[in-house]
Amino acid sequence: MIRFDRVSKRYPPGLDALVDLSFEAAAGELLIVSGHSGAGKSTLLKLIAAIERPTGGAVLVNGQNVASLARGAIPYLRRNIGLVFQDQKLLFDRNVFANVLLPLAIAGFPPKEAARRVRAALDKVGLLEREKAMPIALSGGEQQRLAIARAVVGRPRLLLADEPTAHLDPDTAHDVAAIFREFHQVGVTVLIATYDATLFPEARQIRLDHGRLTQ
Amino acid sequence: MIAWFRQHRDAAALAARRLAAAPVNTLLSLLAIGVALALPAGGQMLFANAQSAMRGLTTTPQISLFLSVDAERKAAQEVEARLRRMDGVGGVRLVTREETLSRMKAGQGLGEVLDALPKNPFPDALVITPRDERPEAMERLAAELRKLPRVEHVQLDSAWVQRLDALLRLGRTAVVLLASLLGVGLMAITFNAIRLQVLTSRAEIEVSRLLGATDAFIRRPYYWFGTLQGLLGGAIAWAIVAGATAWLRGPIGELAGLYRLDFALAPLAAPEAGLLLGLAAALGWTGAALSLQGTLGRDGA
Repeated sequence: MIRFDRVSKRYPPGLDALVDLSFEAAAGELLIVSGHSGAGKSTLLKLIAAIERPTGGAVLVNGQNVASLARGAIPYLRRNIGLVFQDQKLLFDRNVFANVLLPLAIAGFPPKEAARRVRAALDKVGLLEREKAMPIALSGGEQQRLAIARAVVGRPRLLLADEPTAHLDPDTAHDVAAIFREFHQVGVTVLIATYDATLFPEARQIRLDHGRLTQ
Repeated sequence: MIAWFRQHRDAAALAARRLAAAPVNTLLSLLAIGVALALPAGGQMLFANAQSAMRGLTTTPQISLFLSVDAERKAAQEVEARLRRMDGVGGVRLVTREETLSRMKAGQGLGEVLDALPKNPFPDALVITPRDERPEAMERLAAELRKLPRVEHVQLDSAWVQRLDALLRLGRTAVVLLASLLGVGLMAITFNAIRLQVLTSRAEIEVSRLLGATDAFIRRPYYWFGTLQGLLGGAIAWAIVAGATAWLRGPIGELAGLYRLDFALAPLAAPEAGLLLGLAAALGWTGAALSLQGTLGRDGA
């Protein structure tokens, strides 16, 4: 599903976020990317969704080298990837339902089908009865679940999450981890960047240190 | 195809909601656009009216040739015969002084004055239809006619009409110039409105891109915003011109009546109104395109 082949990413003026990184994630796998803050976890996820471009090497997603993707093809790549951002990037000017609807509106879904899918996604993360609430009125855990609902509403085969349990209390973090596990169990490839790998004891883990694989 | 249509409909609805969300801003922008467009549209309307009024006046151009008052009828007939042999002359009609006198007595309340005069004050006249109606040719012909014996005065009847026509054409050119300048103003208004919109929806644009929105998807509502704003501004301009027309109609009708002219101020014709709205919409679209080029163009992925 995902293969990094000697990938480097250097930010100007000379900061190496990733150095000569190679790894693979099989389809349907739950893979934890761990490491200290600034180890390059976020950069790794951003390279997969073509939010950043590598300065060297190849990033293959479904056999396609994302690093050399034309600008016009990137939106279509992203529609097949569910993204949960570290800062969530919810839109606070619209309610829960409209936030989850956005990816489907972008992909051009018919309204009825879209509404059905939005409710299904909200149901899956336990927010169905909050669909009319504004994001600002949600608790931290609910906001995180909203971000997950938006990421999965398009039913992607690949789900990327950047520190999805940071800033959450332990119980809520466990709930959120359980949601990711459910998606993994139905066959979605899940990549989670987290400093706290103990939430996913069963998962394979790769560990980054200053942009290099350790272990 | 259905999805494309739906996305446009949604983008247009979103643009309409954004216009409605800031009513004061929207109203001020629309008024600015409306007034800016009303000036050239109104000018166009006035000049079109003046030209159509002139069309009623411009009959076939003629040259009037007046003989001296003491010239005898025989002299007049001789001149007429000479004229018929001239190359540039298409037709000649002799208007005798008696004919002129009776026509003048019949109309315009001059009868008493004319009766009071000891003798007929009018000369014999010859009305000439030139073969070549171009102004230069007519001037040449008039110069030749002035050399004929017993000729007191030669008058190009169409000369003032042509001068007025040239003046009106100049006026219309000025309207086009004015329209171009104010069109740039309209684009500037749209440019700024869109720029502010983009700045306030930075978050939405960024998130949409991350969720797989194409450039077209992101720009579509802004194009609609510019187009709708231009279109509504054009409608206001049309309303201003229509209102002014209705308001001026009475006074101008009275004025025309005093001059015994059969003339009524016509409002903007349908094709012209359509052109006004179409141009306003196109300018709004262009303003949006330029603005997006400036604010979104350099964002990259």
